[in-house]
Amino acid sequence: MSAVAAVGGSRRTRLRYITERRGFLATLLISPAVLFILALVGVPLVLAVYLSFTDAQAGSLSGRWVGLANFRHAVHDPIFRGALWHTFLFTAISQVVVILCAGLIAHAFIRKFRGRWALRFFILLPWAAPIALTAIGFLWFYDPQASIFNWFLVKLHIVGASHVPNWLGTPKAAMSSIITVQAWRTIPFAVVIFLAGISSIPQEVDDAAAIDGATGVRKFWYVSLPLQLPIAMVAVLFGIVFTATDMIVPFILTNGGPFNSTQVLTTYAFQTGINAGNIGEGAAVALFMLPVLALVVIGMLVFARRAEVT
Amino acid sequence: MKSGWRYNAFSYTVAIPFAIVLAFPFVWMAVTSFKPEAQVYDPTKVWSFHPTLANYGFLFHHTDYLRWIRNSCFVGLLVVLITLLVAMPAGYALARLSGRVGRSMGVGIFLTYLVPPTLLFLPLSRVIAQYLHLSDRLWALVVVYPSFTIPFAIWLLMGFFKTIPQELEDAALIDGCSRLGSLVRIVFPISIPGILTVVIFTFSLVVNEFVYAITFISSSTNRTLTVGVPTDLIRGDLFNWPGIMAAILIPSIPLALVYNAFLNRFIAGFTGGAFR
Repeated sequence: MSAVAAVGGSRRTRLRYITERRGFLATLLISPAVLFILALVGVPLVLAVYLSFTDAQAGSLSGRWVGLANFRHAVHDPIFRGALWHTFLFTAISQVVVILCAGLIAHAFIRKFRGRWALRFFILLPWAAPIALTAIGFLWFYDPQASIFNWFLVKLHIVGASHVPNWLGTPKAAMSSIITVQAWRTIPFAVVIFLAGISSIPQEVDDAAAIDGATGVRKFWYVSLPLQLPIAMVAVLFGIVFTATDMIVPFILTNGGPFNSTQVLTTYAFQTGINAGNIGEGAAVALFMLPVLALVVIGMLVFARRAEVT
Repeated sequence: MKSGWRYNAFSYTVAIPFAIVLAFPFVWMAVTSFKPEAQVYDPTKVWSFHPTLANYGFLFHHTDYLRWIRNSCFVGLLVVLITLLVAMPAGYALARLSGRVGRSMGVGIFLTYLVPPTLLFLPLSRVIAQYLHLSDRLWALVVVYPSFTIPFAIWLLMGFFKTIPQELEDAALIDGCSRLGSLVRIVFPISIPGILTVVIFTFSLVVNEFVYAITFISSSTNRTLTVGVPTDLIRGDLFNWPGIMAAILIPSIPLALVYNAFLNRFIAGFTGGAFR
């Protein structure tokens, strides 16, 4: 009786002994996450690279190795070149708008004031609501016959009733339309990042600046701005990733049209890979996002190291 | 120091106009959703009309809308469960692993969150169709969504766990608790607010997802909310605009309310992982 108990006990202590070792326990706790990520991000990423070198079609297992043909084809394709340029424009312009507006808004929300909760709620709405749904809302706001934006433009006598823009129907207006929606959607997120960053700057800095007599614009320029640059960097890097690699806004509003004037890498990859079924070619188009991602990742690592030093 | 009223004046002059501009689309959605369908294009009825709830009735009685909500919730709850099971232990271990290894692993896992669905949906569509045979099944989404929710959740949880003082656990160890025991009995219970934050934000990530859902799901009854509304409520050139606006507002308002309520905790977790 007691012998059985002793055996059971020793097995338990051995198990316990193993789980008490820090290195082992850490490995045990982390490995499911690492396995999950390897299987769902690592493997598909490798597969994406592999597929881009084949002529794989949707619905069949086969795919012949075609070397760089997909990439060569893409580079000579005028629609693809357009998509590269549009992706750049879409990302760069929307992020400049976002960072300027978000920086300003965040500074208005640092301290408490009456009505802050409600105002913050309204400002966060565009980020909290599902963008795939709100983008459809904009389809209605940009409606050629009943656009509410045009109603305002006419009422304010900015344009005549017969000269209202067709927001999604003409190339230039369509590009500005999708940029506007993307900026509208990303501003609240950048505000959140800014608020997080500003709250991590110690109060002592403010006090020291006050003692040294720095006020107003001078304080902002010499003290606040340099301290907030890293935060602005983080917001910009996130914004670039979420804009350059996201397809929801152009997909729903214009689906690349009119005449491919708002075609971006992601919508073109979807059209080639899923609609036309050329998975290999679509994968090659999507892979052109990798350099952008790599740059952003390097930026983030540099920033992480700097944060560690200070 | 800046005097109080000057800062307040600055806050209001910036916050109020931006709030109006950013929230206006929702105001106009609400107005449209109460408009009789026949009057949406009538230029004389832009703001003045007899409000009706008919569009909401149409949504619930004549479309698959409720079903899409159910599908989104089903996928959301399962993904939240998987995410917590995998991310809680990992987040804890990374929070307690000091030195280079822990830090670079944390950053590494976070960076995988940046790998976008638009890069992975083509190879994954092949995996789902040919190896897992989950085409047009909600389970396809349940399998794939943790790929972005887990890195995100680990990063947040890491931030929360770092704020728990090591001494608490040491005390439990001295009292004879095992390391795993102290994790389950001490660390997880006091992290419940943080874990709740992760639940909220993971769920909202899942409800928001669009690229995988539109790629893997093809039949109307299996769609999630974000894909059902743009594909099935818009048939050909027939747009029931008031109904669509109602369909957008119904999930957006509650999501935004919870989001706002948990935002401060989210910021704490996010920066806790980054700046400590």
